[in-house]
Amino acid sequence: MLVHSRKGKWAVWSLFLVLFLPLFALPLLVILAASFSSHWSGAFPSGFTTGHYTAATRGESLQALTTSLVTALAASLLALAAGTWAALAAASLKKGGKRAVDALFLLPVAVPSVVVGLAVLVAFSKPPMILNGTRWIVVLAHAVLVTAFAHQSVSAAIQRLDPAYEQAAASLGARPSYVLWKVKLPLLLPSLNAAAGLCFALSMGELSATMMLYPPDWTPLPVRIYAATDRGSTFTGAALAVVLMAATLLVLLAVSRVRTRASYR
Amino acid sequence: MSSGIRFDRVSVAYGRHTVLDALDLTVEPGEVMALLGPSGSGKTTALRAVAGFVRPASGRVFIGERDVTGLPPHRRGVGMVVQQYALFPHMRVEDNVAFGMKAQKVAKAEIPGRVAEALEMTGMASYAKRFPRELSGGQQQRVAIARALAIRPGVLLLDEPLSALDAQLRSGMLAELARLHRELPDVSILYVTHDQVEALTLADQIAVMDRARLQDCGTPQELYRTPRTEFTASFVGNANLLAVTVRGTGAVSFADAELKADTGDAVSGATATLCVRPHLVGLGDGPNALTGRVAEVQWRGATHRLYVEVGGERVKADVRELRKPPALGDEITLHFAPEDAVLLAGGVTDG
Repeated sequence: MLVHSRKGKWAVWSLFLVLFLPLFALPLLVILAASFSSHWSGAFPSGFTTGHYTAATRGESLQALTTSLVTALAASLLALAAGTWAALAAASLKKGGKRAVDALFLLPVAVPSVVVGLAVLVAFSKPPMILNGTRWIVVLAHAVLVTAFAHQSVSAAIQRLDPAYEQAAASLGARPSYVLWKVKLPLLLPSLNAAAGLCFALSMGELSATMMLYPPDWTPLPVRIYAATDRGSTFTGAALAVVLMAATLLVLLAVSRVRTRASYR
Repeated sequence: MSSGIRFDRVSVAYGRHTVLDALDLTVEPGEVMALLGPSGSGKTTALRAVAGFVRPASGRVFIGERDVTGLPPHRRGVGMVVQQYALFPHMRVEDNVAFGMKAQKVAKAEIPGRVAEALEMTGMASYAKRFPRELSGGQQQRVAIARALAIRPGVLLLDEPLSALDAQLRSGMLAELARLHRELPDVSILYVTHDQVEALTLADQIAVMDRARLQDCGTPQELYRTPRTEFTASFVGNANLLAVTVRGTGAVSFADAELKADTGDAVSGATATLCVRPHLVGLGDGPNALTGRVAEVQWRGATHRLYVEVGGERVKADVRELRKPPALGDEITLHFAPEDAVLLAGGVTDG
């Protein structure tokens, strides 16, 4: 709600700060503080140390980070390709067909991710498709979970795309495939980029489906964080969480830099 | 390569709504045909049927001798320019112009020369490295025209190309388009517009459209001087349409007045419409005098437009700027020369 009087603005700002700080910012700050601490007896952690980071950035933890990055990258690329393809295909369908495709791609969001994880596990544990126990099942599950977001944001962008560009290109003698590669995809690039960032971030943080699927040699970082806190190593878990957060933010930042270059207007 | 356009009873319908009804029209090679009509008259649909963006429900579209009705847009070889330019925002001007040639796999060595030529022709050569967003509306439209001409089409389709420009730019671009047509005498142009000035200025032939149908077709002079339908008379030049009764050869009656006009072969006693252009109506007594009360006065700078109530109808008169315009309610007399009036058989229907 927009407020225009000066007093009203102050009131809204203070309400916002009262709600936002404790709910959004404070927990993250506490995690950050905990990751640098060695004791936690009072209200806040104390005793400065960087020891947890030494542990969190080598050995199995480092491997978990790369596992997470590779999984997220692969899953978001897969999701982007599938989601974009489906959105482009759906855009050329009639109303009924388009609605069916949209509904199909909304399924993984509507269904709890634990269920998606279980479903993928059950489906690919018997011949002829045995993916259970391989890293591919994790990548596949992540891709399934995030494709919905890719599909949704790309199909919204396609709807906003002025058909005049496509028609101008066609009238100049460009075949549909040429129009797709030289006109439509470049114009959709900012949205594709945003979708990629979203998929990446979601996949980096995915835990519930991953828990059901991950093989011992492919442990993503969220699973390690969960394991660490589960056995009571809060500080290690906090350090790992900060590493996960920082890695995700860095990638998102890089992606958004590409996006500003790609937006032409 | 010169090729005309031919519509052979082309109908287009969206669902049960007919937007183009059995259009028969021929654009001769090298001719400029204006499709003139109000919005929703089917003129843009006709153009899109040539470009291939709408599929006719029935009828055939020919470009030259080729039946293109079933061909997809990219195989028709027409150049098209639309109102909102539709320049590709991610390409520089030169890449926009080169797009069609690259898509059609024109020999690589040939492209830069033809890009320069097309930009030269539209006066945009010094803007080749710019992006579309760095150009004004008029400049963007020139690039769009250069892009369409670069593929050397036999047929150029222009869909309200000047509507998004301001009045001054529009008259400049109109002159440019006329010059381009003189430089490219082989290119047939189909020009869709709702602006009669554009159509009268540019076209060799004007097709007047209304409510999905072709109402009238002829040279600008024919349509303006001797319109065949009331719609044409009122849409092209905003004529007065007076409901008259024919009173023998060379005479009609309007309200209480007896007027002289060429009645042609109209039968005595029949109702008809007398069409008189407002700028051919003069102030004061004379032949074909009409007396009435002033209902409205509009000052338009160089002219005054008077609306005069005569026998229950409003007669429009455009007269040279008056020192002392009549006041509302004044009784004044108007006149027009008998040879400036055109009699249309059949009564006034509407418009």
